[in-house]
Amino acid sequence: MTITLNNRQETFSQQEMSITRIMDEKSFHFKMLIVKLNGILIPRESWPLTFVRDGDRLDIIHLVSGG
Amino acid sequence: MTVIQNITSHLSVKKAGVAGAGGLGSNVAAALVRSGVGHLVIADYDTVTESNLNRQFFFEDQVGRPKVEALRENLLRINSRADVEARSCKITTRNAASLFGSCDVVIEALDSAKEKKWFAEWMIAHFPFKPLIMGSGIAGYGSPETLRVQRSGNLYICGDQKETDEKLVPLLAPRVIMVAMMQANLALELLLKK
Repeated sequence: MTITLNNRQETFSQQEMSITRIMDEKSFHFKMLIVKLNGILIPRESWPLTFVRDGDRLDIIHLVSGG
Repeated sequence: MTVIQNITSHLSVKKAGVAGAGGLGSNVAAALVRSGVGHLVIADYDTVTESNLNRQFFFEDQVGRPKVEALRENLLRINSRADVEARSCKITTRNAASLFGSCDVVIEALDSAKEKKWFAEWMIAHFPFKPLIMGSGIAGYGSPETLRVQRSGNLYICGDQKETDEKLVPLLAPRVIMVAMMQANLALELLLKK
């Protein structure tokens, strides 16, 4: 599948993958993350059960302290 | 009308919300007032300390005063006709709608990642069509090319999004203010688009 991850095209060999699996593969290992799949906010507890498919848009935003 | 008059007249009827009046918020507010944004709501519960002066838009004689009050005073010195609503309070789920519900654009300038997260999630849930411009990853010095903007629908994130150790990598004026200016610059883009 090919998805848009943080505004970039990314191709994976699998047909579908959970958000957690994509995070593992792309090394998003931070504590404070905001995740949007096709514009919809996905809460942390749903990441393992939410599947990303070809053509989807996934945004993973890392929030860092300091303002 | 000249181009600049046209821009300032457009901005004079706009309202921007600024959540937090620290390094990001105080400098964003100054840039927005200078650009001609007519209405601002700024919320923060903190007071000015000496350690703030290395990057925040405050002055020595304002140490000890509530940040929003001191900031309002400084903003009115730039433009005395600006309408600046200074709210000295902690932003919570109870007051967020009354603070920012009427804003055309909201700038997130809170301190901790935890606060940033709840505020962003709350805004996305309650005001999905309102642009929210966040700051994430502003510490240290150098590497200006790592600063960027991530766009995700009505959510915009300015900064390098890199976690650093607060004790080893302090907050310093140039990077903090650069990210603040990225936020202010995006705010103008969005306000002038509408």
